[in-house]
Parts: sequence; structure tokens; C-alpha cells
Amino acid sequence: MAVSASSKVMNNVETVRETLYEAMKNDDRTVILGEDVGDRGNVFLITKDFVKEFGPERVIDTPIAEASIVGIAVGMAMEGLRPIAEIQFADFIYPAFNQIVGEAAKTRYRSNGEYTCPLVIRTPYGGGVRGALSHSVSIEALFYHVPGLKIVAPAFPADVKGLLNAAIDDPDPVLFLEHKKTYRLIKGEVPGGHYTIPLGKADVKKAGTQLTVVSYGLYVHWALEAANQLETEGISVEVVDLRSIRPMDRGTILESVRKTRKLLIVHEDNKFGGVGAEISAMVAEEALFDLDAPIRRHCAPDVPAMGYALPLEEEYMSSPGEMAEAMREMARF
Amino acid sequence: MATTITMPQLGETVTEGTVERWLKKPGDAIDKYEAFVEVSTDKVNSEVPSPVTGTIRDFLIAEGTTVATGTPIAIIDEVAAASVNANAEPAAASAPAPASTNSHPAAKRGLVQTGTPEQALRGASPAVRRLAREHQIDVSAIRGTGANGRVTAEDVLAASRTAPARPASGTSTYGEPVPGTLIPLAGARRIIAERMVESKHAAPHAWSMVEADVTNAWKWRTREKDDFERETGYKLTLLPFFIRAVVESLGAFPLMNARFAAPSASSGQAGIYVEKDVNIGIAIGLATNLVVPVVKHADKLSIKGIAIASGELIDRARRNKLSADDLQGGTFTVNNNGANGSYASAPIINAGQAGIVTMEAIVKKPIVTEDDAIAIRHMMNVCLSLDHRVVDGYVASRFLADLKRRLEAMGPAGAL
Repeated sequence: MAVSASSKVMNNVETVRETLYEAMKNDDRTVILGEDVGDRGNVFLITKDFVKEFGPERVIDTPIAEASIVGIAVGMAMEGLRPIAEIQFADFIYPAFNQIVGEAAKTRYRSNGEYTCPLVIRTPYGGGVRGALSHSVSIEALFYHVPGLKIVAPAFPADVKGLLNAAIDDPDPVLFLEHKKTYRLIKGEVPGGHYTIPLGKADVKKAGTQLTVVSYGLYVHWALEAANQLETEGISVEVVDLRSIRPMDRGTILESVRKTRKLLIVHEDNKFGGVGAEISAMVAEEALFDLDAPIRRHCAPDVPAMGYALPLEEEYMSSPGEMAEAMREMARF
Repeated sequence: MATTITMPQLGETVTEGTVERWLKKPGDAIDKYEAFVEVSTDKVNSEVPSPVTGTIRDFLIAEGTTVATGTPIAIIDEVAAASVNANAEPAAASAPAPASTNSHPAAKRGLVQTGTPEQALRGASPAVRRLAREHQIDVSAIRGTGANGRVTAEDVLAASRTAPARPASGTSTYGEPVPGTLIPLAGARRIIAERMVESKHAAPHAWSMVEADVTNAWKWRTREKDDFERETGYKLTLLPFFIRAVVESLGAFPLMNARFAAPSASSGQAGIYVEKDVNIGIAIGLATNLVVPVVKHADKLSIKGIAIASGELIDRARRNKLSADDLQGGTFTVNNNGANGSYASAPIINAGQAGIVTMEAIVKKPIVTEDDAIAIRHMMNVCLSLDHRVVDGYVASRFLADLKRRLEAMGPAGAL
């Protein structure tokens, strides 16, 4: 990590803005396109004033047509630009499913390596913000089944910057998921200058000996809060921040589970077929004889969406308190 | 419902197995997938799991008996899983409590649960089972500190730290050699001993040696080894080059790829059976054991193919993961004796084959070349033991000369 300027404290949304700004400034091939990214400057003001500095040819306001946003970006990427497409909310990504899964993810394979698709698709996801049915979803499980597509879901500002830079540099499509509740909630030190964090590398955010907790996004922060509470109770919990969902860092997960012998996976997405399903299958295949307790997944219930009413949202979401209780049960087992 | 258990087929070409040890007694309760018998074949010992949950009614053959695969060996009274409780099953209730429980050190600390070891293992996590096996800890003698008294992996490790070291039971290893004690002959050690005596008695061994200039082969190997290791993960030694030369020579001298067939019960006819396939056994010495896994159809493989196949076998041998099939079907054996510095050796033929060759240490020597110059060359002795019933010195020495010529023609460049 080459750090040329001094670090500063930023929240996640400021970090996204600054990283995108640097990418636009440093490489003329970078193009941002999406709904309201131009004059409006994105609904979270991430691209505010970008259009004034870089012009409407590089900061493109699109119609409300997600399939076109990604489809156009795929073409740009194949022909030498470095498009960063924005889906305004992850809830609206479904019309672009074919372009992402059927086109972007398969470009390199289909062309036998002649074309690549250096495309980043950014989108805010996740709940806990009273976003109700169409501003709360987690979409990672719908996409992580697809080879050829990388998926990143950072939790900390420093990781946001390093991974977004890596996603922009990557020669293949990357789905970059930004948890919207963390946008202004989470602040942290961000190193100055250009640096990247390799895609597909998890990070142990807290070391521990009795239980491994694997998570990503907002829930990493809640898991850390719970783990710190348990530390005062004499229970030592290791928290692994996945950071990249695909490629998945099997080595870090297995190393941790082999040490603690117990695995709890927490994620905001539904349990059935979620990212936790892949992690638990992988650990059962690779480390069964190191396990001293059944693997447990603490995830959203299998209901179609997060309700607007606060009790419904709270029922859907976990909390540091619920996570702490799940950790206590696993530690006691 | 009574279920009859038959001798399993431990490998595609295995036709019989020996009951090495019963791991249970008649009357014992047994879970589905729980091991109840240790079966040995040529060189592999395997624990065989029960296909059903129930109570063992009877064992049909004694320990040490060899029977054909498919022969009934045990009868298990199958019960519905839900009713396997100590209070409901007379067999379990009458099973004697293990005598060892009270003498276990953990018992003296008052850490004793009720129940047999088998019952204690029910509900034990995979980690507890593995650690208990590795540290030879009786889980029933530990009081668990987990939920509802569950024995945790940490409990097993704590018990292992206080338990005295047990002598190794020694099915296939020597254990720690202790001066002044007798190591019982068991498992693979016994089979190796029997095979060696059998071969040395039955086959009149003759011996011969040539010295080969492997300078060019060595250069070739040295140039390829980094790429090969990066690509396959295996180290590239001279062994696959040597095996390639051996299979080519065997092709030219099929009588070396043969075996002496004693009069069979069916035909009563003795003879020399010339093998169809060329399967090369690789002798691998482990600390307490000797295994000879087989590269099948080595004559159909390139040097690279042989290198990968032998790399896999050597890796599995070191991790003790060879299957019965890995060890079957050898028609000729190669021993890389020089790896440890040996300069010449007189190997014993693997019974049922016509010969065995060794690669001895590669030594840099001043050599007088054909045009009377002196050059420093990589020289290697190749030793051959042959079954004199199958071939005579005439064939054997021409085979060795052919092998030497092929080795010397290898490299210094080419495609692996």
C-alpha cells in the first residue's frame, strides 16, 4: 500500500465520493453513468458537482432503465473505457440481471479472452433505515452463484477506498455493494494517496479464540460490538470481515475455524441459500473434524421483504444484542 | 431385524480380507457408520463402519481369519434409531461397564460420567471424536464442561495434558522403540516380514549392476524442475525419467515384465506368465513401514505423466492415504535407493515379479571419455535383482545395457 498523503477520518459515503473523484481525475477512460448521477449529483450526493468538472460525456444521467445502464456500460468496458455504473438502489437492479449475469460475467469466457469487461457496478443495499420493501434489500445471494462476477461488500471506510480502487482496476466486472446504513454511521481513518486492497481477501477485524463469527457489511460492526461486550464476560470471539463475497477467502475462514472450532455466520440477507450457506458447506467439507459445535447461521427470516413498520423492520434485522446472545449460546455449547 | 454384514471389497481388485481386530463385542450397541471391525488387505488396514444402527448379535469368524469378499462376518440386530436407549435395550443394560473407567486418571479426579465409551461418543462433536482418537482419550471418563455436560474439544485436550502417555498399540507402526522391549509383530510390519521371506526363499535372486552417465538427464531435469513444480505442485526428481527408461527397456525385453507362476490348483501347470500391462511399483520407505504404490500403465505415460502420477502416490504415501488399489497390480519395481546416499544395493524382488531395479546415488566423477579426454560427469549405478527362474543372466544383462543406453540418451533437452 503506497501511502503518499496523510490519512484522514471520513465516513463511508465521503470515502466513496473521494475515491470516485480520484478515479475520474486520474484516468480519462473513467465514466460514471446512472440515474441522477449528473445534475442531481446522486441521491446521496456522492457525485455532486462531478458533471461540472468532468462534463456530461463522462458523468452521464441515464433514463430510469437499469438494463440499459448496465448494457451500455458493458459495451463501453469492452471497447476500452472504464465505466462505473450506478444502480440507484440495489432493489432496482433486477431489470439489469440479464446484462450482469448473461453478458458482463461471461464476456471474457465467451470471447476466449479476446475481450474483458472492466466494469464496476456500484449500488447501495441493505436495511435498517426504514426503507421498506424497495429500499432495503440485500442482493448478494442472487449474484454470488455466478462465476465470472466478483462481489465486494466492505464495511469500513479504509476498506471501501482500497476495494473500490481494486474494483476499478480489475479487468473483469465487479459488483460493489455499499451498505446504505453505514454511509454516514461509520467513520474511520482512511489512508491518503492511491492504494488497493486485493479482491477476495477477508480481514480478521478482531482476534479471538473460542468462536469465529463471519460477516460482512453493516453486521460486521454489530458483530464487533457484540464481541467486545462478550470480551468483558470472558468469552473470546474472533470476527472475520469477509469484505469480498466472491472470490471468497476460504483460507482465512478455515484458519480461524480450525483455531476456534466453532462457527457463527451472521448476515442481513435471508438465511435460505444465502452467503452463509456457502460458507457453512465449505467449512463442513474442509474442516468437519475441527468442528466442536454445529455451524450456526444467524440471518434474516425467510419472508419476502423488510416491512416498513418499525417492529417488522426490527424483527427482520438482527441487533448487537441478538448477536451477543447467539455468540453466548455457541460459546457455552 | 437382523442384518448380515459381509466382508467388504476394499478396492476394485481386492478379493479377500482379513479380520484384524473386532472393535466391538457381541451385545454391544452400535451406531450406523460407527466402526466395528478392522480389516486388512495386502498392506492397507481399514476400519469398517456399520451400515445400520443396532446391537451386535454375533461375530461369524475369528480375528486373524481371511475370507473372500462377500462372506458373512457378523450379524447385527437392527433397531429403529429412536429406541436405542440404555434403559430400553436389554443388551445395552447388560453390557459390562468398562473396567478401565475406574483406573483412568480422570476418574480419580471424580470426573466420571456414567455410560460406556460408545454411549459417550454419541453426540460427541467431530472435533471431540478426532481429538479423542488422536490422544487415545476415553471420552466417557471426562466430565464435560459444555452445555448439559457435553464433553468439548477443550475438555479432551485438557484430559490429554494430564493423562499419561499410552504405549502405541502398533497395528502398523513400531511406536517408540524402547531398548530391552519386544515390539509385537503386527499389521503391515508382519506382512512385510512374511513377504520378504517368501520372496527370498521362493525366488533365486541374481544380481547385477551397471554404471550410467546421467549428466544430460540431470541437466534436463534441472532445467524443467521449477516450471514443473509451479505447474503441478510436485517436485521433479530423476525418478520419472528413470521409470520412463525402465518401461521402454521392459518393452524391449518383455521377459523382464513377467512372473514365475507356480502350479495352480485349477490347471496344475507351472510357467512364466508374461504380463499384459506395465505397472511400475515405487518402493517408498516410511519411518516404520514400506509401501510400494503402483504407477499403472506406466508405458502409456510421458515422463511428465509419470512424474505427476508418482508425485501423487508419494504424497499420498507420506500422508498415509494410499488406497488398496494404489498398491495393487505392480509388474516390476523401481527403488530410488540413492536418495539416501546408497551407492549400490541388492534389493529383494517384490514377490510375483521378475525383477527390481534401483537408482543409486548420483555422484560427480572424473570419467575417461571415448576420445580419451577426462570429463566430470554425473554417474549413477543401477542395480538389478532378478528371479533366476524367470530369466537368465543373458537377458538380464542385455536388459541392463539397454536401460543404461536409454538413460544416457536422455536430455539435455526435449519435451517432458
